[in-house]
Amino acid sequence: MPHDHGEHESLVIEDEAGNIEAQIIVDALQSVLVKKGLLTAHEVTAAIAKLESPGLHLGAKIVAKAWKDPAYRARLLSDGRAAVQELDIPVTEARIIVVENTACVHNLITCTLCSCYPRSILGQPPSWYISKAYRARSVREPRRVLAEFGLDLPEDVQLVVHDSNADMRYLVLPEPPAGVEDLAPSEMEKMISRDHLIGVARAVK
Amino acid sequence: MTRFSSGDTVQVLALGKTGHVRIPHYIRHKIGRIVGYCGTYLNPEDLAVGNTSGRAVDLYRVAFSQARLWPNELVPQQDMLVIEIYDHWLTHVEETADAPRSR
Repeated sequence: MPHDHGEHESLVIEDEAGNIEAQIIVDALQSVLVKKGLLTAHEVTAAIAKLESPGLHLGAKIVAKAWKDPAYRARLLSDGRAAVQELDIPVTEARIIVVENTACVHNLITCTLCSCYPRSILGQPPSWYISKAYRARSVREPRRVLAEFGLDLPEDVQLVVHDSNADMRYLVLPEPPAGVEDLAPSEMEKMISRDHLIGVARAVK
Repeated sequence: MTRFSSGDTVQVLALGKTGHVRIPHYIRHKIGRIVGYCGTYLNPEDLAVGNTSGRAVDLYRVAFSQARLWPNELVPQQDMLVIEIYDHWLTHVEETADAPRSR
């Protein structure tokens, strides 16, 4: 161990620099399984590709559709999972809860216990999302965290932090940009970032 | 019929369970309000030890005032935290002006 964690939980991927022990163990396990003929390198690559195939583009597609289609937006807010599936996106999570930003409400998503994230829509979470710093500070001092992301949320905007600690997974529906009615879905999708869908960014422009 | 309904004032219990519990320490003992019902789910405390035949439990979304969660921080009064709490971690409480901020 590069540093002593004492009695604390072991091996959480904290940053790009440290904690390579888990990778060494995984590599050793894979090599044993491949040698025993229980697994092929191709199967590993295919599994990784499957994990990585969802991504921002799916989340952006959902948001763009909700901006253009008020009936879809209503369905998305009442049953996120069903509405996402309408777009032929296979949802593996039990439920998707879509929380809507408005002029007076801003939503922020976190998982204080681990790294829960709407992976079937957005793919793997960014490394900062699973860092202990974000997990602790996003509930304790969320406005300071937002400021570090460049978002100075006005005091009169209500901040609602959602801790996805159990079975729900969350997606933020950002406010549409000005002139959204004149934009094509492809143009809207380009304006939407992963950070908007987690809530560490607010204005889409 | 669920034990809690939207709008109910509840307190999160500190059950002192070990193992894989999904109720973080910062929310235990805190008083909040039910804002949603999520349905029934297998208890993660059972699933973590391979018990898939345990009883499914009701799961609620519960909102807390951030100012109440972090009394030492300067937090705008309207800011909230919403978290999912399983039925067996909740109890009804009367919301009174002198309700403890935390214990």
